[in-house]
Amino acid sequence: MADSEMIMTGAEMVLKALAEHGVKHVFGYPGGAVLPIYDEFFQQDKVKHILVRHEQGATHMAEGYARSNGKCGVALATSGPGATNCVTGLMDALADSIPMVLFTGQVPTHLIGSDAFQECDTVGITRPCTKQNWLVKDVNDLARIIHEAFYVATTGRPGPVVVDIPKDVQFAKGTYTPKDGVIIKSYQPQTKPDAKAIEAAIAMIASAKKPVLYTGGGVINSGPKASKLLREFVELTGIPITSTLMGLGAYPASGKEWLGMLGMHGTYEANMAMHDCDVMINVGARFDDRITGRLDAFSPHSRKIHIDIDPSSINKVVRAHVPVIADVAAALEAMIAAWKAHKHGLDHAVLKAWKAEIQKWKDVDCLKYRQSKDVIMPQYAVQRLYELTKNRETYITTEVGQHQMWAAQFYRFEEPNRWMTSGGLGTMGYGLPAAVGVQAAHPKALVVDIAGDASVQMTMQEFSTAIQYNLPIKIMILNNHYMGMVRQWQQLLHGNRMSESYSDSLPDFVKLAEAMGGQGVHCDKPADLDSAIMKMIETPGPVIFNCEVANLANCFPMIPSGKAHNEMLLGADITDEEVGTAIDAKGKQLV
Amino acid sequence: MNAHQQATGSAYFIDTTKKVVETHTLAVVAANQPGVLARIIGLFAGRGYNIDSLTVSETEHEKHVSRFTIVTSGTASVVAQIKAQLDRMVLVHSVEDLTVQGNFLARELAMVKVSGQGDKRVEALRLADAFRARVVDASTESFVFELTGKPDKVDQFISLMVPLGLVEVARTGVAAISRGPDAMKI
Ligand SMILES: Cc1ncc(C[n+]2csc(CCOP(=O)(O)OP(=O)(O)O)c2C)c(N)n1
Repeated sequence: MADSEMIMTGAEMVLKALAEHGVKHVFGYPGGAVLPIYDEFFQQDKVKHILVRHEQGATHMAEGYARSNGKCGVALATSGPGATNCVTGLMDALADSIPMVLFTGQVPTHLIGSDAFQECDTVGITRPCTKQNWLVKDVNDLARIIHEAFYVATTGRPGPVVVDIPKDVQFAKGTYTPKDGVIIKSYQPQTKPDAKAIEAAIAMIASAKKPVLYTGGGVINSGPKASKLLREFVELTGIPITSTLMGLGAYPASGKEWLGMLGMHGTYEANMAMHDCDVMINVGARFDDRITGRLDAFSPHSRKIHIDIDPSSINKVVRAHVPVIADVAAALEAMIAAWKAHKHGLDHAVLKAWKAEIQKWKDVDCLKYRQSKDVIMPQYAVQRLYELTKNRETYITTEVGQHQMWAAQFYRFEEPNRWMTSGGLGTMGYGLPAAVGVQAAHPKALVVDIAGDASVQMTMQEFSTAIQYNLPIKIMILNNHYMGMVRQWQQLLHGNRMSESYSDSLPDFVKLAEAMGGQGVHCDKPADLDSAIMKMIETPGPVIFNCEVANLANCFPMIPSGKAHNEMLLGADITDEEVGTAIDAKGKQLV
Repeated sequence: MNAHQQATGSAYFIDTTKKVVETHTLAVVAANQPGVLARIIGLFAGRGYNIDSLTVSETEHEKHVSRFTIVTSGTASVVAQIKAQLDRMVLVHSVEDLTVQGNFLARELAMVKVSGQGDKRVEALRLADAFRARVVDASTESFVFELTGKPDKVDQFISLMVPLGLVEVARTGVAAISRGPDAMKI
């Protein structure tokens, strides 16, 4: 390419770099400080811009997009309020390790520091919620920085990054640097496992009597190959497997060794297996407090193997006897090879005894709930959604609350990347825009946001984005007229005083959908549920399904705050009295 | 701050009362780019770690690297976590725990202003001499002493100057380096 072809404006560089990185969609919102970039969008057709209704929506769309197709999500916002509106999405992506590049406009360099109109310290505000961020002061650095940004966002432990570009830099002409050969000397994440660590891990597993695999979002982040290898490893060893909220789908819910999700609202069998195991193999999870429960009683008898790409995850919360710092796929590949090379095999009789113990826990049937003929139980609604969508290419997103946990418990995921939820940050308002992002990545698939009546109102306006781009997302609101999860905690902790947790003045969601140009579906009877779900699926375009469910249902099983895995509250037959006294004074101080 | 009580990253109770808080001196080499200092300080502030002392300066102009010397305190697991958190930063080249490696030099420079007349003034000068502090400024009723040494030597000198008319102190914080022929990897 002639040198003169590499001379261009900063705004042109942004578009050229996006094309070079294979970016197909950008979720954004214009404003004064990014108008030069918008002018470039107007003059090209390689990258599609999706106009959101609020910048937070753009960031969650980028997250949903990234999580569902393994690529980097890209968002764009103007300076000042545009940038600050993105903070929630950045933090969400940081907490869940989602690759995202956010471009923000900034006031011209000579005005920085003068409290100019729509100026804010974007790199300062976003520093703690990004993996790295850059303020670009010289147009000749811009292309290199964008390449570094994509590299940092997508490698190692993925995460969000911000590139802040002053308006004069967007107008200025400079030389474009192609992406090849960009390296960051100080940043070289380790992806290949140490051979000795693999040997130690394998030896420990081979000696186990009660092994359990505890897998997390790292398996999903590592890519489809990691899920394949995980399945192979389970097949090879016969070890029972559970997963965090973020890791659902890496191992199929129909798989022989599946224990269900673990943690605060995980299954009895998964949590009891974690508590009683003698060797725990953590694959790409991080011993989050929602998983461990009371730490000093967490899996007291086990030796622990911890596979993670981020060295700071090792020994952060729980001590690992064998740390393996590596990409999950690389570690599993090495473990499978070593297992086969040693002709290892677990003692059948011993493993059988362990599985018999597990079977007893399974027989408790911890997810059972009281069915009703008159009202739709929320669990039942998710079960029916699963049955009616399992044979399609279906992607599920959620908001945050009880409905999210019921979705995790009752929707059965067979494949990775089909499940997008806000795990680490727990951001209400994530699911609807995330669904828009997923649908942009998979135009033909069925994308359903399992929502709560309170959460969905946080980013409701993005339904209009879905209408504009004809992205036929389906919003299934499990409408219990409460901030159910808040109400549940008030029942557990605060004498059932439902302070401000009733969803008063709810909109008529059906009319709301229609007012925005979509379709609404309503159902409040169990007998009509299937046909309502089918109507939601078969109605073309974006649909809001207001599914009226039992108002006071609680989400069980549950490890109450401050309790151990083997102190779970089981749901079906629990009395209000038991719920009200389940948490002691110390536990009440916890989140 | 109570880093030793919180920084385990868990919301649940961990008995930390029996754990010993240790002081560690870390050497950190990072790319000399805007924001790197803010990111490092933000890590300590955001996660509730202690900074007892922090010094930074560009050390190799051509390589664009800066060296930080950070003195921090916490239980062994907190210090290990601090190192891991620093090391994973995109702009950090390497982190070494000089305390764990043992055998390192730590020095600090202080400028100490003492005002007064008569016997106290004479005594201040005599002590300064014993500490090998230099007089870098003098007037009929004041001295500014310059002193280099280990932090505890500086502490000791300053406390001796208190009754002798100490009015102001400026300290650089600690710079540290390992002894012997080997250099820190970048
Ligand atoms: C942005 C944000 N604000 C507040 C919370 C705290 N919070 C967690 S769950 C919840 C209630 C959610 O209610 P709803 O969406 O109706 O779902 P439900 O629990 O009823 O299924 C609240 C307020 C949160 N997670 N996120």
